[in-house]
Amino acid sequence: MKPPPFDYHAPRDLGEALAALAEAGPDGKVLAGGQSLIPLLNMRLAAPARLIDINRVAGLDTLSAGPEGVRAGALARHARVERSAEAAAVQPLLRRALRLVAHPVIRNRGTVVGSLVHADPAAELPAVLALLGGSVRLAAAGGAERDVPAAEFFTGPMESAVRPGELAVSAFFPALPPGSGVSFRELARRHGDYALAGVAVLVTPAAARVACIGVGPVPIVVDVTEQAAAGDWAAAAQAVRERVEPEEDIHASADYRRHLAGVLAGQALRDAAREAETTGVRHHA
Amino acid sequence: MTRLFGEPVPRREDPRLLTGQGRYLDDLGQGALAAAFVRSPHAHAGIVDIDLSAAIDVEGLVAVYTWEDLPERVGAPLPLLIPHPALTHGRTAYPLARDVVRHVGEPVVMVVARDRYVAEDVCSLIRVDYEVRKPVVGVPEAAAGAHLVHEDVPGNVGAHLVQEVPAADGRSAAQAVEDAPHRLTFRLGIERSASMPLEGRGVYARWDADDRSLRVYSSTQTSTSVRMALAARFGLPLPSVEVIAPDVGGGFGVKIVHPWPEEVLVPWAAMLLGREVKWAEDRREHFVSSAHERAQEQTVRVGFDDEGRVLGLDVTILHDHGAYTPYGIIVPIITSTQLLGPYRIGAYRVEFSSLYTNTVQVTPYRGAGRPQGVFCMERTMDRIAAHLGLDRTTVRAANFIQPGEFPYDQGLIFQDGRPLIYDSGNYPESLRLLKELIGWDDFPARRAEAAREGRRLGIGIGCYVEGTGVGPYEGGHVQVTSDGRVHVSTGLTSQGQGHETVFAQIAATELGVPLERVSVVTGDTRRFGYAVGTFASRAAVMSGNAIALACRKVREKALRIAADALEADPGDLEVADGVVRVAGSPGASIPLATVAVLANPLRYAFDEETGRATQFAAGAGMDRPPVDEGEEPGLEGRDYYSPIRSTYASGMHAAIVETDPDTAEIRILRYAVVHDCGKLINPMIVEGQIHGGVAQGVGGALYERMVYDGHGQLLNASFMDFLMPYATEIPLIETAHLETPSPLNPLGIKGAGEAGVIPVSAVIASAIEDAEGIVIDRMPISPSELFDLRRAPAPG
Repeated sequence: MKPPPFDYHAPRDLGEALAALAEAGPDGKVLAGGQSLIPLLNMRLAAPARLIDINRVAGLDTLSAGPEGVRAGALARHARVERSAEAAAVQPLLRRALRLVAHPVIRNRGTVVGSLVHADPAAELPAVLALLGGSVRLAAAGGAERDVPAAEFFTGPMESAVRPGELAVSAFFPALPPGSGVSFRELARRHGDYALAGVAVLVTPAAARVACIGVGPVPIVVDVTEQAAAGDWAAAAQAVRERVEPEEDIHASADYRRHLAGVLAGQALRDAAREAETTGVRHHA
Repeated sequence: MTRLFGEPVPRREDPRLLTGQGRYLDDLGQGALAAAFVRSPHAHAGIVDIDLSAAIDVEGLVAVYTWEDLPERVGAPLPLLIPHPALTHGRTAYPLARDVVRHVGEPVVMVVARDRYVAEDVCSLIRVDYEVRKPVVGVPEAAAGAHLVHEDVPGNVGAHLVQEVPAADGRSAAQAVEDAPHRLTFRLGIERSASMPLEGRGVYARWDADDRSLRVYSSTQTSTSVRMALAARFGLPLPSVEVIAPDVGGGFGVKIVHPWPEEVLVPWAAMLLGREVKWAEDRREHFVSSAHERAQEQTVRVGFDDEGRVLGLDVTILHDHGAYTPYGIIVPIITSTQLLGPYRIGAYRVEFSSLYTNTVQVTPYRGAGRPQGVFCMERTMDRIAAHLGLDRTTVRAANFIQPGEFPYDQGLIFQDGRPLIYDSGNYPESLRLLKELIGWDDFPARRAEAAREGRRLGIGIGCYVEGTGVGPYEGGHVQVTSDGRVHVSTGLTSQGQGHETVFAQIAATELGVPLERVSVVTGDTRRFGYAVGTFASRAAVMSGNAIALACRKVREKALRIAADALEADPGDLEVADGVVRVAGSPGASIPLATVAVLANPLRYAFDEETGRATQFAAGAGMDRPPVDEGEEPGLEGRDYYSPIRSTYASGMHAAIVETDPDTAEIRILRYAVVHDCGKLINPMIVEGQIHGGVAQGVGGALYERMVYDGHGQLLNASFMDFLMPYATEIPLIETAHLETPSPLNPLGIKGAGEAGVIPVSAVIASAIEDAEGIVIDRMPISPSELFDLRRAPAPG
C-alpha cells in the first residue's frame, strides 16, 4: 500500500498555489487534511501526477463567525470548527454534525472545506451546507473568484463543481434564523463510520427542511414545510421516504435505508421543532 | 513460598509495548530490500503468460521471480501440515502460482526492489495474461459440484468424516432421534470472518555468506516449526538456521499456519541475492492472501424428552474450506467434537464435508471451529426450550454432565487424535453463578418495565466446553546465573498474551525468587529449539507446566549444592527471596547467586564472586571430581511437559440486548461471563483474555463478515468496510471465575486464550430471538437484516 510516484508542490502563498494548480490542470490534486486522499493514493485508487499541498499556504487557516453566518477557510480543521463557541453560537448545526464526523484523530487533521470538495454523499458536512443553503468560494489563477451555492456545488457522488485549476478557499454556512431549531441524526454501523443513513434538519418559523445523507448520489434536500406546519411528522417522514434514492450495498438494503431515513427524519424534526419553540437555542449549542 | 502464582501481577511487557518500545517485524531490517507480490485479481484462472518487459527497467528493481524460477524444492507445493485419513483430497498451494490461480490474492510474481514503493510500482507494470474460469463461491455452489476448484477433486469434497456415538442400548443416533417423544429439524448458518491481527504477517531474512547461516525473523506463532520447514526446503543443516519471532502484534490463529509462501520466498531470495530482504504484509494483502474461518451450513435433527433431555442428535455440516487445506481439517473436527459442550447427549452422529471454494483458505481463527459448534448446540437448546415452553436454563441444566461424572468420556476423537475425555468441571455451579451475575430470574420484570417505555429487551445464554492445552509437548529451560538472575526460556511464541508475566510468576513461585530477577524469552530458536507453538489455548498449560517442572529440577539441584555448603540435610532447606536457608535457623543461609557460582567449578576467576568457585578456593573434598558424576556444571534445568490428552476448560455467557423497534439497531446492554480455566495463574490476564475474546465474538456476531460476490471478489477488503468493532461497540464485560483444577497437569491449569470468543454468536442470537420473537438461525446479523426479518412472513 504505497502510492505511485507523483510530483509534490508545497506552495507558501495563494498565488503560488493557484499557479501550480493551473499548471497541473486535470492532473493536479489538492492535499489539505488528506484524510480521504492519502488512503486513496496508498491503495492506488487515485494516481494524480501532481499533489499540491496547501498546508503551508498563508491566509487559508481562517474561521470567522458573524451575524450572517460562519465562514471556514480551506485549512480550518474539523476540530477547530467543532470547538469554536462563536461558530456554534451562530450556527449550532455545525458542531452537532462535526461530532459525528469519524473520530477525533481524523477531525484534528481533516478540513471542513476538504470534506465538501470530496463530496461523499454519505458525509455530514455536504448535507449541512445543502440544508442551510450555504456556498463554497472557488479561486483560480489570475484572481478570479466565484461563489457556488450548495444546490449547484454537489454534482454527483464524489463530484463537485470545482474545475481543474480551481481551489476551494472557503465555505460559508448561513446563521440560524431566530426562533429556529436544528438537529442531526444518523445511524452508523460503528461509532464514527459513514452513516447508513442520516438527516440534518432545519425548522424555522417559515420553513422546515431535511437534508439526507447516504441515500442518494448527493445530499437530498426535502422541503417539509407544509407537513411541519400541520405538526404531521409522520407525513414529513413519508415525504422523505418518497424523495430519497437509496442503493443497496454490503451494509444495508435500499429498503432499510429508505425506512431509516424516514425514521430519523421524524425524530430529528421533532428535536428541531422542540428547539425552535424554546428560543434559547443558542444555549443548547 | 513467594505468593505470586494466582496474583493479579501487572503485565511486565506493557510499559515497553505501550510506550512504543516494542520491536515488531517491520521495525527490524530498516536497510533491507523490500519484497512485494503480484497477486491474482481472479478467483479462478489459468495463467497464460507473464510479461515482465514493461517492468524490468524500473530504477531500483533488484529481482523478479515467477514459479518457473524456483528450484525444485523451493517451488514444491507448501506442506499439508496436519494429514488426516479423512482428508482424502488435501491440496496446498505452490509458493508462487503454477499454471492456475484459485483465489483472488494468490501470489503469482515476487518482486524484490530497493524499497516497497519501487516494488509496488514494478508490480503494477507486470502484465499477467489469464484465462478466466468459472469460480466456485460459497457452500451451495461448492456442494453442487457443477464446477470444480481442483480438477482432480470430484464434488469439491476435500474431506468427509462421520463420527457416531450410539445410544447406551446400541441404537443409532438417527434411530434415537426417530424414537424420541419430540423431534425438530432445522438449518443454521455462520458466515466468514478472520483472525485479522493488527500486525499482518511479515518476514525478514539475513543470509550470512561467511558462515553459511540463515537468520529469519517472522511474525509467526511457531518459530521452531518455521525453522525446520525452511531448513528442509533449502537443504540447510538445522543448526545453521535460526528463526525468531520478535514482538508479534496479534496472531489469533492465522500465524500458526506455516510456512507461508512469503516465509519461503523471502529467505530464499535473501540467500540467492546475498542481501537482506523483508516483506511486511499490508492490510489488503492480509484480507485476500492469508486465511479466513467460520463459514458453515449445518443441518440439525434432534430428538428429546418432555424435560428437554437430548436423546438423539444428528448433525450434518458443510464446511467452506476455501481454496486449500494446509492446516488439514482441524477446524471442522473441532466443530464436530466440541459441539457437545457441557452436555450428556443420548446418541450423537456428526458428519461433515469439507468443501473447496475459490476463496481465501480456511485455517483456525481464535475459537477454531468451536463458535460454530457451540452455535449449533446452543441454538438447539433454545429450540427445545421454545418447543416445550421451558426456561432455556432449565433445559440446559437437564442435560448437564454432573460434577460426579468426571472424567467423562464423550466417545469421540478430539483434534489431538486422542479420546474426548473431559477431565474436570462443575457446570451446574457455573450456571448458578451466571444466573446470579446477569440477574436471569429478575429479567422478566426488567423486560416488562422496559416494554412500558416502548423499549424491547431480550436475554440470551450460551455454554461451552473448550479442549485446551493440546500436545504433543512444550519445554522450558531455567538458568540461575552467578548474579542471581533467573533466565527462563521456552520455545513457543508470544503475541501479546502476557507470557513474560505469567511464566515469570510461575518461575518466581517455584524457585522462591523475587519476580524482578526473572526474565523470560519466548519464540527464539537460539534459546530453545524444541517447541510446537502458540495456539489452541495451550501456552500456559504446556509451557507453564514445563517451566514449573524445569524450575523444580533447578530447585532440587540448588538444595543439593546448598546442603553441601551449609552442611545440612537438603530436606531441611527452604528457598525464599532468592536465599536458601535452613528452616528454623535463620543464620545458616546461602544466596542462590552463590549456589550458582558453586554449581559451576572454575579454573579462572573474573570477579570476586567467581573466585569462590576456582580450584584453590575451599570446596568439595579431594575424593570427588569437581563436577559429580551425573551432574552438569551450572545451576540450570530443562524439562518438558507432554500431556496424555487435552484439558477441558468451560464457561457460560449471558447477555441482555436491546433492539430498537424503529431503527432495528441492536445494542448489548449487559454481558456476563462465568469462566472456569482451573487454577488461575494471573486473574487479571485471564480477564484480559476474556475481554479480548468477547470483543472478537461481538465482531463475529454483529459486525464482521467477508462479503464475496459471485466472481469471488472480496468486496470489503479494508477496515472501512470490514467492520471490526471499536471499543465503542464493546459492552462492559462482567466476569466471575470458578476454579476447578485440572487433574492432568502439575499446576492444575487449563487454557483461557480462546474462551471469550466461543459462545458469543450463540448468546447474542439467543438474546435477539428473545427480544424479537423471531427465530435467529444465521449469524452475524446487521440492523438491515433484522429489519428484513421483521418484515418477512412468519414461517409455516
